[in-house]
Amino acid sequence: MRPILMKGHERPLTFLKYNRDGDLLFSCAKDHTPTVWFADNGERLGTYRGHNGAVWSCDVSRDSMRLITGSADQTVKLWNVQTGAQLYTFNFGSPARSVDFSVGDKLAVITTDPFMELTSAIHVKRIARDPTEQTEESELVIKGPQGRINRAVWGPLNRTIVSAGEDAVIRIWDSETGKLLREADKESGHKKTITSLTKSADGSHFLTGSLDKSAKLWDTRSLTLIKTYVTERPVNAVAMSPLLDHVVLGGGQDASAVTTTDHRAGKFEAKFFDKILQEEIGGVKGHFGPINALAFNPDGKSFSSGGEDGYVRLHHFDPDYFNIKI
Amino acid sequence: MYGVVHFTTGSLNMPIDKSDPNPNQSKASKFRWGELEEDDNLDFLLPPKEVIGTDENGIKKVIEYKFNDEGNKVKITTTTRVRKLAKARLNRRAVERRNWEKFGDAVHEDVGSRLTMVSTEEIILERPRAPGMKAEEIKVPGDSLAQLSKGGAVLMVCRTCGKKGDHWTSKCPYKDLAAPVETFVDKPVASEASVAASGSGKGAYVPPSMRAGAERTAGSDMRRRNDENSVRVTNLSEDTREPDLLELFRPFGAVTRVYVAMDQKTGTSRGFGFVNFVNREDAQRAINKLNGYGYDNLILRVEWATPRAN
Repeated sequence: MRPILMKGHERPLTFLKYNRDGDLLFSCAKDHTPTVWFADNGERLGTYRGHNGAVWSCDVSRDSMRLITGSADQTVKLWNVQTGAQLYTFNFGSPARSVDFSVGDKLAVITTDPFMELTSAIHVKRIARDPTEQTEESELVIKGPQGRINRAVWGPLNRTIVSAGEDAVIRIWDSETGKLLREADKESGHKKTITSLTKSADGSHFLTGSLDKSAKLWDTRSLTLIKTYVTERPVNAVAMSPLLDHVVLGGGQDASAVTTTDHRAGKFEAKFFDKILQEEIGGVKGHFGPINALAFNPDGKSFSSGGEDGYVRLHHFDPDYFNIKI
Repeated sequence: MYGVVHFTTGSLNMPIDKSDPNPNQSKASKFRWGELEEDDNLDFLLPPKEVIGTDENGIKKVIEYKFNDEGNKVKITTTTRVRKLAKARLNRRAVERRNWEKFGDAVHEDVGSRLTMVSTEEIILERPRAPGMKAEEIKVPGDSLAQLSKGGAVLMVCRTCGKKGDHWTSKCPYKDLAAPVETFVDKPVASEASVAASGSGKGAYVPPSMRAGAERTAGSDMRRRNDENSVRVTNLSEDTREPDLLELFRPFGAVTRVYVAMDQKTGTSRGFGFVNFVNREDAQRAINKLNGYGYDNLILRVEWATPRAN
């Protein structure tokens, strides 16, 4: 396949998200400006100007009208996707890391980093249909986990919130009361910081990637470990194909190994695994730096990867991808 | 563009005024019927534009003729490759979104901006190879063959790091690897651990590849194992070169490297050489068959390169 290279960001990419229809791709990077691209040919549509810090993640509503972005400048902003105008700003006491719209887009879960005296927290905010009615107040604030919470997403039917972070433990919280419902088993869980989390298309299972060079597949309701995928590199980003039973891991390189790397350029790859057999199917090379973000188009026919090199690479699969057999 | 000065009008609504004495250069103005005629006159000297439509490879050629600044006729051939992108069946809203106006930094985007480009390389989903058959290894016999086929040119092989064509053993920049090679031959794990431990004990720098718990790349393992499958051939005739040895030993199995010791001054063989096999069994069979074989009126002696205990 011929990937489409998009160099709109000058700093490393942090997050990629497709909209529900799969025609827009939103990219967040450390350069303060989330960008939206057309997902078929990679043409840039626009940028959202307003943040003053690295944008760590974003989410788009189901009708692709609203975009929510979380940034290191301690704000979370709501944007009009079409015009790029800012609709509302939530202020926090510490950098906001992960944002996720609930099913129905009426609520959003936001995580904030530990900063000075504040511990990390998970906030649930109500999102009004009309931006003029938006208020700052939180429906729910959950404090508790140690260390940074890298990702928090809604569970099935918005009843639960799943969080994962630096302490390598996945937790499931009740979204109404804030009570901790389940914690992942320490023995079978990750050993190092969990960097990324992605849900399956139907929400019944989710995949977490960690710096311990592995990714694990969990059942959302019972938090039991289903599968483990092992690689040679710390995993920075994970994605699941909505169409086939494939899992993609994107990773980096231990900082300590940097000086002894071989000189080959463009060799950071996104590794494809069979979801059920846990075996490696192949890798797609091309990035000049560790891969920090991965996302599958909801139609499953293309995927994009964002790297430390500031490039977003959009890949449309060749027909023989769909015929791969182990 | 034709060396004719066009008079400019401020806006398209101004009345045509041919007596305007202001001789500014500008784009051709369609209202100047005087110039229009001149355009036509020059134009039909040029052959018409040809479009060679998209052929089965998707290549489309457009041939245009123009006059350049000096008034010379120029033929411009534009070859474009039309690729069909994945078919996107978009729903109605997605189609509407396609027509949205650009905003933010994309507003002033000029067509020449190279923000989005298709990769020039074809990237494939590389299937993982079976262990023991990494991509580099498959290329190595090809490389040595290519070099050998250059006409028996001297193959500079460094025994320490195994790199070909770069430097001799005494000039090896990786001289410090010499110790690990031997230790690997005997007790890889023990020596690696002891080297690492002693290294860190003294507070010396231990490279990550030699630290405890570091995994060795299969590539270097392969090279070491190949050196273990090394066969020494002695009593070679003067004219024997690498291609000859390769031809002689190839029937027994895959050969990764051949080397014939050369006398620099005379350019002849010093009478011995080494052949590295991928598989031990092939090396053993070669030894069995070729030891005592008559080659170019000399009896060859073929044995293991370093005395093999196991």
